[in-house]
Amino acid sequence: MHQFTIAEIIRGLRDKQFSSVEITRHLLDRIQQLDSNYNSFITVTGEMALAQAAAADQRLAAGEAPALCGVPIAHKDIFCTSGVRTSCGSRMLDNFVPPYDATVVEKFNSAGSVTLGKTNMDEFAMGSSNESSYYGPVKNPWNTDCVPGGSSGGSAAAVAALLAPGTTATDTGGSIRQPAAMTNTTGLKPTYGRVSRWGMIAFASSLDQAGPIARNAEDCAYLLSAMAGHDDRDSTSLNRPEQDYTLNLNDSITGLKIGVPKEYFGEGLSTDVAARVQDALNEFEKLGAELVDITLPHTDLAVPAYYVIAPAEASANLSRFDGVRYGHRCDDPKDLRDLYMRSRGEGFGDEVQRRILVGTYALSAGYYDAYYNKAQQVRRLIKQDFVQAFEKVDVIMGPTAPSPAFGLGEKKSDPVAMYLEDIFTIATNLAGLPGMSLPCGLVNHMPVGLQIIGNYLEEARMLNIAHRYQQVTDWHKVSAPSIAEAAATEGE
Amino acid sequence: MAVDSQTVEKLAELARIAISAETIDEVSNRLGDVLQLVDQLQAVHTEGVAPMAHPLDEVQVLRADQVTEADRREEFLQLAPQSEAGLYLVPKVID
Repeated sequence: MHQFTIAEIIRGLRDKQFSSVEITRHLLDRIQQLDSNYNSFITVTGEMALAQAAAADQRLAAGEAPALCGVPIAHKDIFCTSGVRTSCGSRMLDNFVPPYDATVVEKFNSAGSVTLGKTNMDEFAMGSSNESSYYGPVKNPWNTDCVPGGSSGGSAAAVAALLAPGTTATDTGGSIRQPAAMTNTTGLKPTYGRVSRWGMIAFASSLDQAGPIARNAEDCAYLLSAMAGHDDRDSTSLNRPEQDYTLNLNDSITGLKIGVPKEYFGEGLSTDVAARVQDALNEFEKLGAELVDITLPHTDLAVPAYYVIAPAEASANLSRFDGVRYGHRCDDPKDLRDLYMRSRGEGFGDEVQRRILVGTYALSAGYYDAYYNKAQQVRRLIKQDFVQAFEKVDVIMGPTAPSPAFGLGEKKSDPVAMYLEDIFTIATNLAGLPGMSLPCGLVNHMPVGLQIIGNYLEEARMLNIAHRYQQVTDWHKVSAPSIAEAAATEGE
Repeated sequence: MAVDSQTVEKLAELARIAISAETIDEVSNRLGDVLQLVDQLQAVHTEGVAPMAHPLDEVQVLRADQVTEADRREEFLQLAPQSEAGLYLVPKVID
């Protein structure tokens, strides 16, 4: 049952092939047996899941169930869950049990989906390898000596290891797409503002956006349909009608104009990854699409601009963790200053501290114009590159990450090397555009992701394009060898 | 760009993060690496470019000034490391 996609689970539940309690119990057992190999979950909510599943089965029996009713999923541990510890991968929030649900969680709950648990992540979503988590690194199901990418490493690994058919995740500079690429899963970061950020612990508010990770584009469409929509409680949320993203999956893509930016195929890109991405582009040509050379001249400035804006916003957002109202407090503070200093020094890990310090520097007296303001100007130049490109093309395609998954520990001590992991994904966040990653082949037995960047609010079109590709290719169906072997043995 | 340990101490004070004396050199070095990376921005010509706040240039929305949330003071106070009589407790601030 763990091999079922979300679309198959929806059909199976309605055809009464199995109940929500059955599949939920099966996945919980599987998590208990296997997740010690991957560490993709921080908290497993077994009891709650089974209660939700039983309630979903009743709704299904009554014939009034919404699409995702009874479908088990898992939430990144950045989304507040009422009564369930929400750690954000940090010691700071190791004891934090929110008294409310994030809007995203609320929406899934009212859709009747079942929460298996909370997935592991880089601390406060800061990282590209899931090694900065207070709860230990996540291991890539394709090779447990390798990272799964980050920051949504747990959400991606849980899907890749067939522990959950779909998960929620967030993406500030690539945190959905890069782990999706490294684990052979499909992930979508929507347009900024498409999904509410209310109750989602903030990292960089002008860049953060939630989206799904699943095994294919169709499943992402189901999850996005449940997640997206305007929310009064998030003032940056876009006021656009909700829609069913599954409706146009099969539309023709004949005549589609695909922009191929030369900057995404230059220095820093592994030639093997480039070859797999080229294979995918050729496949799209066979489907009737046309490839158009384009240029995004400010691409090189995306990483530097991001590492001003994101830390600046993080330093402001994370000032709320003061050891007074919730979260970690140091022992025996001698005065208030000592309480702040030690609670934050103990509660935050190295990478989070580093980003707060960089942000503090960029925002400190005399530096604001030279750093933050400058970066926000550069951000507009980056956006204009895309606006000009979208006058000529419908979508943009290129690699998601410069290389397949790297080894655990390989980049941990060199922050700048780690930051360059997101060289192809960050510009999308800066511009607020939707981006997705889907499997497009293997290099040395490790997965490679194709990135699709769409114009604003074009998620339905992107899912359609990805779905058409997945109708004629099987890369997304390939499981990690250890997972596939185990599944085969089980089937005997 | 190098960052000296005095600057790191000042930033740590502003950010209210205790940094141990043993790690301060390491922190200075890593911070220097990051600032070197972001200093590439200085060479970009941006005169007359408006800083970008929201990608879709949406503006802040207004709403009626009405109470929409229930009073959950007790629940929120329960999350605090220390509270008393409906208030957050911190070490004595005024002598």
